Amino acid sequence: MNGQAAGSSSGGSGDGGAAPRRNTRKPKYSKFTQQELPACKPILTPKWVISVFVLVGVIFVPIGLVSLMASRKVVEIVDRYDDACVPPNTTDKLAYIQNPTISKNCTRTLTVPKDMDAPIFVYYQLDNFYQNHRRYVKSRSDTQLRDASKANDTSTCDPESVANGTAIVPCGLIAWSTFNDTYGFVHNSKNLTVDKKDISWKSDREHKFGSDVFPKNFQKGPLIGGKTLDPNIPLSQQEDLIVWMRTAALPTFRKLYGRIHTDLKKGDSITVALENNYNTYSFSGKKKLVLSTSTWLGGKNDFLGLAYLTVGGLCFFLAFAFTLLYLIKPRKLGDNNYLSWNRNPAGR
Amino acid sequence: MKRFVYINDESYQNDYCDNRISNTKYTLLNFLPKNLWEQFRRFMNQYFLLIACLQLWSLITPVNPASTWGPLIFIFAVSATKEAWDDYNRYISDKQANEKEVWIVKNGTRKHIQAQDIRVGNIVWIRENEEVPCDLVLIGTSDSQGICHVETAALDGEIDLKTRVIPSTCVGLDCEQLHKIKGVIECPNPDKDIRRLDANIRLFPPFIDNDICPLTISNTLLQSCYLRNTEWACGVAVYTGNETKLGMSRGVPEPKLTAMDAMIDKLTGAIFLFQIAVVLVLGSAGNVWKDTEARKQWYVKYDDDEPWYQICVIPLRFELLCSIMIPISIKVSLDFVKSLYAKFIDWDEEMYDHETDTPAHAANTAISEDLGQVEYILTDKTGTLTENKMIFRRCCIGGTFYGNESGDALRDVELLNAVANSSPHVIKFLTVMTLCNTVIPIKSSSGAILYKAQSQDEDALVNAASNLHMVLVNKNGNNAEIHFNGRVVQYEILDILEFTSDRKRMSVVVLDCESGKIFLLSKGADEAIIPCAYSGQRIKTFVDAVDKYAQLGLRTLCLGWRELETEEYLEWSRSFKEANSALVDREWKVAEVCQKLEHSLEILGVSAIEDRLQVGVPETIEILRQSGINFWMLTGDKQSTAIQIALLCNLISSEPKGQLLYINGRTEDEVVRSLERVLLTMRITTSEPKELAFVVDGCALEIILSRYNEAFTELAVLSKTAICCRVTPSQKAQLVKLLKSCDYRTLAIGDGGNDVRMIQQADIGVGISGREGLQAARAADYSIGKFRFLKRLILVHGRYSYNRTAFLSQYSFYKSLLICFIQILFSFLSGIAGTSLFNSVSLMAYNVFYTSIPVLTTVLDKDLSEKTVMQNPEILLYCQAGRLLNPSTFAGWFGRSLYHALVVFLITIHAYANEKSEMEELSMVALSGSICLQAFVVTLEMNSLTFVQFLAIWGNFMAFYIINFFISSIPSAGMYTIMFRLCRQLTYWVTLLLISGVGMGPVLALKYFRYTYKPSAINILQKAERSFGPMYTLVNLESQLRSDMENTNISFSTTPVKNKASVYEPLLSDSPISSRRTLAASSFDIFQPAQSRNTSSYPRNIKAN
Repeated sequence: MNGQAAGSSSGGSGDGGAAPRRNTRKPKYSKFTQQELPACKPILTPKWVISVFVLVGVIFVPIGLVSLMASRKVVEIVDRYDDACVPPNTTDKLAYIQNPTISKNCTRTLTVPKDMDAPIFVYYQLDNFYQNHRRYVKSRSDTQLRDASKANDTSTCDPESVANGTAIVPCGLIAWSTFNDTYGFVHNSKNLTVDKKDISWKSDREHKFGSDVFPKNFQKGPLIGGKTLDPNIPLSQQEDLIVWMRTAALPTFRKLYGRIHTDLKKGDSITVALENNYNTYSFSGKKKLVLSTSTWLGGKNDFLGLAYLTVGGLCFFLAFAFTLLYLIKPRKLGDNNYLSWNRNPAGR
Repeated sequence: MKRFVYINDESYQNDYCDNRISNTKYTLLNFLPKNLWEQFRRFMNQYFLLIACLQLWSLITPVNPASTWGPLIFIFAVSATKEAWDDYNRYISDKQANEKEVWIVKNGTRKHIQAQDIRVGNIVWIRENEEVPCDLVLIGTSDSQGICHVETAALDGEIDLKTRVIPSTCVGLDCEQLHKIKGVIECPNPDKDIRRLDANIRLFPPFIDNDICPLTISNTLLQSCYLRNTEWACGVAVYTGNETKLGMSRGVPEPKLTAMDAMIDKLTGAIFLFQIAVVLVLGSAGNVWKDTEARKQWYVKYDDDEPWYQICVIPLRFELLCSIMIPISIKVSLDFVKSLYAKFIDWDEEMYDHETDTPAHAANTAISEDLGQVEYILTDKTGTLTENKMIFRRCCIGGTFYGNESGDALRDVELLNAVANSSPHVIKFLTVMTLCNTVIPIKSSSGAILYKAQSQDEDALVNAASNLHMVLVNKNGNNAEIHFNGRVVQYEILDILEFTSDRKRMSVVVLDCESGKIFLLSKGADEAIIPCAYSGQRIKTFVDAVDKYAQLGLRTLCLGWRELETEEYLEWSRSFKEANSALVDREWKVAEVCQKLEHSLEILGVSAIEDRLQVGVPETIEILRQSGINFWMLTGDKQSTAIQIALLCNLISSEPKGQLLYINGRTEDEVVRSLERVLLTMRITTSEPKELAFVVDGCALEIILSRYNEAFTELAVLSKTAICCRVTPSQKAQLVKLLKSCDYRTLAIGDGGNDVRMIQQADIGVGISGREGLQAARAADYSIGKFRFLKRLILVHGRYSYNRTAFLSQYSFYKSLLICFIQILFSFLSGIAGTSLFNSVSLMAYNVFYTSIPVLTTVLDKDLSEKTVMQNPEILLYCQAGRLLNPSTFAGWFGRSLYHALVVFLITIHAYANEKSEMEELSMVALSGSICLQAFVVTLEMNSLTFVQFLAIWGNFMAFYIINFFISSIPSAGMYTIMFRLCRQLTYWVTLLLISGVGMGPVLALKYFRYTYKPSAINILQKAERSFGPMYTLVNLESQLRSDMENTNISFSTTPVKNKASVYEPLLSDSPISSRRTLAASSFDIFQPAQSRNTSSYPRNIKAN
């Protein structure tokens, strides 16, 4: 009676205990779940390893030769002028270079060692110049360079962001210290024209430096760094600046100054009229003028060729040594007797 | 201390919690702070947060703060999401339980309410098959006898039905009365002991007089049990919500840390120190350079007077530059691969037990590597090594042995005859077999009688008795009905003197309804029963019988009985009731009272029950012992049975080969003397090729563990095999703790509730989901169906997991160090000012994408096939000894990253010198070089390559280009057009090729050289696998891995090493101890991560110091 009442009263929610059982809980088979995916097990067999080394040698040596030849084909004239362009009896070079009243003109004569085919690249090279210094490399404002309306966006440019209370365009240490030596070339008493167009990256001119951004308030601070810019030419056409602002990762670097579209013959002598404005004397940096032809590898650089030849040679040597070792001291593949626990008889 | 529950009293307001169950860890409001707080408790996370915060200071940050914040937030989000999801699921299931409808009595009528609204004191009604919503004290059932049956599987995993009875005062109340019942229940405060409730009930008039009635656990219905075979039951809620027995026992188990994690943490610490050193050196060098050189460089424009903090700007910059030394991705990667290892265990077909339909399961996904580093296995006997399927085999009744010839007493003609002739001894024996138990007979629909028993022994005895025509037909409340040779005999069960592991016996007091005589029937272990024999009984036959059966590996029980005088019983019964209603020390008091009755027994005989070994146990133990794992058997069984089983399953060898050393004794002096003797023998005989094992029993162990811990520790370290018999669950746990304190990796395996503590204590707990319920399997980290799967769990899954994690973790450091070394090298060319060579995007993507994904496929790497491992289990030593991840292998990877950084950096700056030295380009060349080397390193270090690995490694390489092409086409990005520009240059590709050649050449050459001329055992087996396919020639498995050492250390042969001859020498000689303990002693051997130095010849007991 009462039991019945209790039994019938609570609705259908009372069968929680009878959980439905699946037929089997056996894991499903697949090659992945059983860790049985087909696999290749590379084994370092002598044959395989020796042939790899031979193959690497065979590939590397020719590449080395080609690279070396390419590098050797490049004709390069390097002329260091920082010391030479200071009047011989100057004791304080720093005072000399910092004195704006003294004329900095200087003349250098170069001899062409080999025939040079156009185009001949004119670089300036700086040594011991840390364009990659943390303080220097960050001191620029890309937004300001690109966009005329963002002229006041100079927060990243310290300590060269504002002069006389207004924002500098282009701001920052990099722009401020743009290289300002100039070169003029005379060959056979004829002026060699230096083509300064397209020395910067096209992408920089088009997307990084705005064509409506003009230099403003530039080099107006108490200290004048490097080059001054023509405030009437937009930044996208200030190619020397653009080149300079592609900072170099190493303390020794070359930057393109211009191109000469005239072939030079061996033995020709070139007179360079240069203006030695840029101060490298305070930190004993070197300044060099470089004239160079170019190949697929770029400028003169023996490193790749030599490295390839060395590595190729070493590979051949290793292959040879391993072969020799293999012949003298052959090891049978997979001999269980090499297993340490098989080698010693029991009970020792 | 106590709570008073007033039954069904609305006026009495109690402030106990309601029945709302809450298992959730978080609420909506506290989720974010609480979760963040938990995550930041880890050192690594604190470190990353500090770095991320430092990056917000733009003066010092080398890169965009996003490069750290991005991954950090990502990693945190992943962990938080996982937590939130788990918690949400818990919330949902709580909600379901809370909103379940239940019937309670209110104001004298029955009402439907939600489970969460039950208050303490309410009367709750439950129907058949319903779940009990909270802890109830039973006051009424549909059964006229006042009993009901419950299934407690959710609570303790035991699947048999348990009988619950209503307290005597409530007997005979009908439903109307139950609605109006008033009273008070006095019970202790909530605790988590599900086997115990020491409470009292007193009903108020007009029901019964003010008699106090004791309550025990058998008067309760606990939360989460199910009511079975009973139409309805009702009870008073005493504990509700999270204060129920179940709620109290729910705890968050302490997370286990693997040896490998500990090693990784140590290495992280070492890297951190290295990082600090680098920061200090470079930071001060940077400050010096700044003052001497940078001030001359007008273009940097340093101010002359600068703020005070400038001095720490450069060091902090370097700290940030070097912060990537500790890979932020390692935690995520490890979590990912670890959960995959666990999945592989779940998925493994070969660890699926057909018989019981149980697949293996990894409940703890974080400790698979530890399986490969196990040094000690502590195993339970019953149900773990044996099947726990008890079969009655032999018996000795009144001095006559039955079943000796056939091995099956049930088919022994003599016994059958004795039964047919109603031999009085035999009848008494059978009566005890039938009645002295807690078995419940259940009539199935077909008329056959099934027995539900808590203990397998009882089941075997009752079944055997029924085969001998003494059938327990019905047990209804206190009445038992027995059919014997066609006769019906009625007994009334007056009292049950329950079995406890301390008493080691149980008794019942029954009243023979026909004759009115009262009997005490007892059964129990021999040492618990035989001393109770009446003086003058010849007990020698029984002692002999026990010995004889034990030697056959049979489990013995002694049966006895005594007729009681009515007065004696009545007197005793009063004190028994008193003891049973005690609130304090009830168990002890009850035992005391029981003792008073259990004496002067007439020993009837000895029963012998066989518990067969599981399939494959001897082979499994053999293989695992070959692999250098030491076995300890811990059992509650008696010494001789334990030894017999140990012999049967290869745990110990018989006399000429092995020797057993006994530690026994009753008094402290005896025990100490025997311990010292054993220790002495151990020390001496370690030079003989003999397998030594010591045997100790629980009694001696108690004394030893409390007072002679040190000596025992030494013994434990010296001995490879041990048998501990008659041990209690807490002693099992103590032994595990002892081995753990010696710095050994322990694995405990068991199947029953008495193994739970040891399983939880051990580094790895393995539960066998067996007949004793799922309790052990639930508490364990891994659960398997049969003991034999253990070898696969350890040798295959454990070993692979170890190898894979070893590679993954070291590789993670390698790649982070590589990029970091490049940054450091670059700083020497950038005026030690802390410039970053790489841009923010590259740095972030490097750790998170470019280098993380390929190495994750290491989860598919297999150095040796499973078959080879099984045939050469000694190879496990490499994992045990931590050969693949230790300071010296790590030094190898460290060296490799330094070498590769040099290669990448030097080649890049020379190939991209002069007019090509543009910052963005140069950095991308260096980055491509690093990525390229990574791909080659992963390919070379993988032992087996599936298409997944190929896809991941080289697909990732492609993805690197695709990602960078994409970034290069965004005009505002710093690296606009850079990647297109590079890919068009021949120089770029030529440089990459050179970097790969120079970077990988020496690595390959050294690897090949080691592989061919100084191969590790793994290498040899790899080659063997290749040349012979699977090896059929079973090698002579006298394991002497030590000779590995002899190759490198000639002087070794002259060094006297004591333990030389023992079979498990390898573990001892180049033991993990040396590598583990001497973290500092790391030789710097570059390119050789796979081999460790073999200089250590430490005797094993180094740990004992």
